[in-house]
Amino acid sequence: MKFATIARFSIRRPLLAAAMALGFLAHGSGGAQAVEIQYWQYVFDTRVQAMTELIKQFEAENPGITVKQVTFPYADYQTRIIAAKAAGRSPEVMQLFYGWLDTFIAGKLLQPLSKTAFKDEDIEKNFFAIVSAMKRDGQYYGLPTAVRSMALFYNKDMFQKAGLDPEKPPQTLNELVTAAKALAKRDSAGNFQQVGMALDIARQDHNWVREILLRQYGGESYSADGSKVAYNTEAGAKALEFYTSLQKVHRVGQEGFMDEGQAAFRAGLAGMVVDGTFRIASYKTIPSFKWGVAELPSNDGKRANFGSYFANGIGAAATGEKLAAAEKFLAFITSEKAMNVWLEKVGELPARRAVALTEANVKDPIYGPFIRGLEYAATPPMVDESAQRQVSIDMINSVLLKDTPIKDALSAAAVREQVILDKFKAK
Amino acid sequence: MSESTKPLASYGTIRPGRIVAWTILFLGGIVMMTPLLFMFSTSLKSAGHVYDLRLIPDQPTLANYIKVLSDGRFARWFVNSTLIATIVTLSCLFFDSLVAYTLAKFEFPGRRVVFLAILSTLMIPTEMLVIPWYLMASKLGWIDSYWGIMFPGLVTAFGVFLMKQFFETVPNDFLEAARVDGLNEFAIWWKVALPLVTPALSALAIFTFLGNWTAFFWPLIVTTDQTLYTLPVGLSSFAVEQSIQWELIMTGAALATIPTLAIFLFFQRYIVRGVMLAGVKG
Amino acid sequence: MTATRAPRSAGSGGVWGRLSISTKQIVWAWAFLVLPVLFFAVVRFYPTLEAFYLSVTDWDLLNEPRFVGLDNYRKLFADPLFWQVFRNTFAYLIFGTPIAIVLSFAIAYYLDRVTFLHGLIRALYFLPYLTTAAAMAWVWRWFYQPPPIGVINSILGSFGVPAQPFLRSVTQALPAIMVTAIWAHLGFQIIIFMAGLRAIPTSYYEAARIDGLGEGAILTRITIPLLKPTTVFLVVFSSIGFLRIFDQVYNMTSNDPGGPLNSTKPLVLMIYQTAFSSYQMGYAAAQTVVLFIILFSISMAQLWILRSR
Repeated sequence: MKFATIARFSIRRPLLAAAMALGFLAHGSGGAQAVEIQYWQYVFDTRVQAMTELIKQFEAENPGITVKQVTFPYADYQTRIIAAKAAGRSPEVMQLFYGWLDTFIAGKLLQPLSKTAFKDEDIEKNFFAIVSAMKRDGQYYGLPTAVRSMALFYNKDMFQKAGLDPEKPPQTLNELVTAAKALAKRDSAGNFQQVGMALDIARQDHNWVREILLRQYGGESYSADGSKVAYNTEAGAKALEFYTSLQKVHRVGQEGFMDEGQAAFRAGLAGMVVDGTFRIASYKTIPSFKWGVAELPSNDGKRANFGSYFANGIGAAATGEKLAAAEKFLAFITSEKAMNVWLEKVGELPARRAVALTEANVKDPIYGPFIRGLEYAATPPMVDESAQRQVSIDMINSVLLKDTPIKDALSAAAVREQVILDKFKAK
Repeated sequence: MSESTKPLASYGTIRPGRIVAWTILFLGGIVMMTPLLFMFSTSLKSAGHVYDLRLIPDQPTLANYIKVLSDGRFARWFVNSTLIATIVTLSCLFFDSLVAYTLAKFEFPGRRVVFLAILSTLMIPTEMLVIPWYLMASKLGWIDSYWGIMFPGLVTAFGVFLMKQFFETVPNDFLEAARVDGLNEFAIWWKVALPLVTPALSALAIFTFLGNWTAFFWPLIVTTDQTLYTLPVGLSSFAVEQSIQWELIMTGAALATIPTLAIFLFFQRYIVRGVMLAGVKG
Repeated sequence: MTATRAPRSAGSGGVWGRLSISTKQIVWAWAFLVLPVLFFAVVRFYPTLEAFYLSVTDWDLLNEPRFVGLDNYRKLFADPLFWQVFRNTFAYLIFGTPIAIVLSFAIAYYLDRVTFLHGLIRALYFLPYLTTAAAMAWVWRWFYQPPPIGVINSILGSFGVPAQPFLRSVTQALPAIMVTAIWAHLGFQIIIFMAGLRAIPTSYYEAARIDGLGEGAILTRITIPLLKPTTVFLVVFSSIGFLRIFDQVYNMTSNDPGGPLNSTKPLVLMIYQTAFSSYQMGYAAAQTVVLFIILFSISMAQLWILRSR
C-alpha cells in the first residue's frame, strides 16, 4: 500500500514523493541495522534478572534498538569501566554508585544529562531528594531506578523458639542486645551454633557504624561540605564501641560466622542481620522459615538511616543515534513502570516518590520499614567509596582482631580517610 | 622409568619399620586427598545436607550439577579453556621446539645472543608485563578475545630451554644422513629430529596445557565479557555471585577439576614421567 | 610454513644453489627464528622496557602518562602497606619453602622405597598438583570456616580443641593460605625428588653398604649431597612460586581482599589492586619493578649456590 501511495504521489508531487521515499528507506534501514547500546552493571543476581526483564520490555517497545547487558563482579566494576574508557569501549549507559560520581566526572566517563530529555524541574519534583547527589554545577549526571535504605531483618521462627515475640522486633539498641543474647546459641565448647546477630563488616555493617550508629549517638560522619572527616569524636567512639561490643562483650555474634552475614541469615543460623533493600528478593526465596523486617533500632529515641543508590549515567563517548538510544533507554529504566519491576524483582525502593510512597508500599510489612527509614536517611558525600569503605572495615577489624583501643582505631581511621578526602580535593 | 628401577626396595623382607612408614605415607596421601574428597562429596549433597559433614552423602543427588550446568555458562567456559589451552600448547610445541632445534643444531652468527636473550626472559615475572600487555591489548582491541588471552604464552622461554637440552642429545649423524637424502632443513626437523624427542614434547605439552588450564591472573585481567572467561576466572566470579552456597561452589570447583583428573587417570604414566623429565632437565 | 617456502623459492632462482652450506644454514636458522624472535621482542622485551618506563610516570588510565621521576618508588617505600605486604610475601617464602622442601623430600624418600600400592600412593600425593588453584581455594575457604560449617574446626572440635578463627585472624590467616599453596605443589616436588633419587646410581649405595655405612649415614653422606642440584632447583622454583602467590589469596579472602587488616596480602595482590582496582598504573608498575628485583636477586643467589658446588 505504501508503495502504491508513493507511486501515486510521485506523479503529482515528485519532490515530496522522493522525500517520502527517502524517509521510508531511511526508516527501513534503521530497522534493519538496529542501534546496539551497552548497559553495564555489577553482578548481583536479582539486579541482573530485573535488568534482563526491563531490556526485553524496552526492546519490544523500541524495535530499532538492542541493549546488551554486561556485568562484572562488584570488586572489579569501577576498573572495568575506566579501563574500557582507556580502550575506547565505554558503554552507552552505565550504573554507578552515587559516591563514585566525582571520580567518574574527573575521568570524563560521563556526560551530563540533556536538559531537554531530562528536565531539572521534573527530576526535582518526582524523585527523592537524595538524587541531588548526582548534580554537579547545575547539571545532573545520572538518575537512579531505585534507592536503598537499611533495616533489621529478623528470623521470626527463631524469635518464637527463643521465647521472644515474633511480632515485636527490637526497637532500641538495648532491646537489640537483649534479643540477640536470647537468640545466640553455643555448644559446650563455646562455639556458636547460631548467632543472635549476624555481623558482616565488609557488606553493610561498616555503613551501619559510620552512617547510622554514629548519628544515633549524636555525631556526623563528614563535615557538611564533605571535605573533613567528622567522626573522630565521642559519638564516634560510642558507635564503634557499641558495634564491637556485640562480638567482644555481649558475644551475640561473630564476624565471619558462615563466611557472610547474609549466608548465616539465609541458612537460618542468625537471628538478626542489618541489611539493605537489595537483599529482599534473595531472602524471599528462603523456604525454611518466616522472617520479618523492622526499622533499625533507635538510640535514646533517635533514629537514623543510610540512603544510597546506584544511578544510571550516559557514557561520555555516546553521540548521534547511540546517544538518542541511550537517552531513551535511560528514560525507560527510570520510568514508573521500570521502578515497579525493580521493586518486585530486586526489592529496592522506587526512586520516584509517587511510586514508592503508595499506601500499599508504606503499609507493606517488608517495604514499610525501609520506606519509613528513607524519610530520615542521610546520604553523605563521598569521593572514593571503595577506599573510604576499606578504612572503615580496617577500623572495625583492628578493634575486633587486634584489641586496638577504640579511640586509637578511630583516630587512625580519621587520619587515613582525611588523606583520601584531601587527595581528591587536590585534584 | 619409575617402575623399572627400585634401588632400595630390593632387599625387602617385610620389617615393622617398613609397615609403619607405609601406613604413615598412606594416611598422608589420604589427608592430601581430603579437600578433593570433600569437594566431590559436597557437590552431591542437597543444600540442606551441606553442613552435615559426613563424607558419604546421605541422599546423593546430581541436582547441583544440573543447576550449575543449566545456564550454559560452565559449558562455555569449559570450551574456552579447552580451546585456549590446546591452541597455546600446540603453538608452544611447534615454536619452542623449532627455536630450540635451531639453537641446538645450527651454526650461525647471533646464536649465543639469541639464546641468552630468550633465556633472560625467564627472569622477567609475568606480573611485570601484565600492565604493558594490558595497554597493548587495549590499544589493539584484544581485550575480551581468545587472542588477547593467548598471545602472551604462544612461545615460551621455558619450552625453548627444555627442548634445547633434548635436541642436543640427538646425534648429528642422523641429521647429516637426512641431508644427504635430500631433505630440506624444515623436513629434517619435522621428520627426523622431532620424533626423537617425543618424550620431551609430551612433557612440554603437559606443562603448557596444565599451566594454561589453571591460569588465573592474566585471563582475569584481560576478560570482561563473561562469555569469554576461562574456567578458573568463571568459577571465581560464579563463587562470588552464589553468595556462599557451598554446595554450588563445590560443584563448580569439581567441574573445573574433573577434566585434569580424568586426563591424569588415562595418562598417569606419561604425566608423571613428563613432569620428571621437565623438572630434571628444566 | 612460510619459513620453508622462502629458501626453496630462492633455490629455484639459482641463487640458493650457489650458496655455501654454512650460508644456507644461516638463512635457514634465521628463517626458523624470525617469528619467535619477533615475538620475544614484542611480547617480552618491549613490555619489560615499558614497565620500567611506566614506573616513573603517573599514568592512571584516564590521563596521558607524565614523567614523575622516582616519585612512585618514594611513595612506595614510605607506604606502611608496602612494608606489610613485603613482610607477608617473605613470610610465605621463608616458612613455605623449607616446609615444602623438607616435607616433599621426606615423602619422596620413603615413597621411593614403597612397592606395595606404590602407584596409588604416588597418585594420592600427586593429584592435588593437577587441580586449579582458583577452584581449590574455595574448597579450602570452606575448610577453614568457623563452626558449625568448617571442616577443620569440626575435626578439631571432636578432639576437644577449641575452634580456630583461621582466615579471620591476623596471625593465622597467612599460614592458613600458605598451607593450601604447599598442598597444591607438594605432588610436583615429590615427583621431582623421586626423579632425583632414581638418578643416583645404585652402585653408590652398594659401595656404601659394603663400607658398612648405616641408613642414616647413607642419607646424609650420599643421598642428600647428590640431590643438591634437584634441591636447589626445587628451592628456587618453590621460592618463586611463593613470591608470586596470588590465586589462593584472591579467592580465599574475596570479602576483604588480602585478609583482615591486610594480614595475608602478598605483593602480587597489591599490584593487582593498585593497577586494576585503583587504576594507578604508574604506581603499580613501580611495584612490579620491585617484584622483579626481588625475583632477580633470588635467581642470582641460585646461580651462585650452584656454582659453589
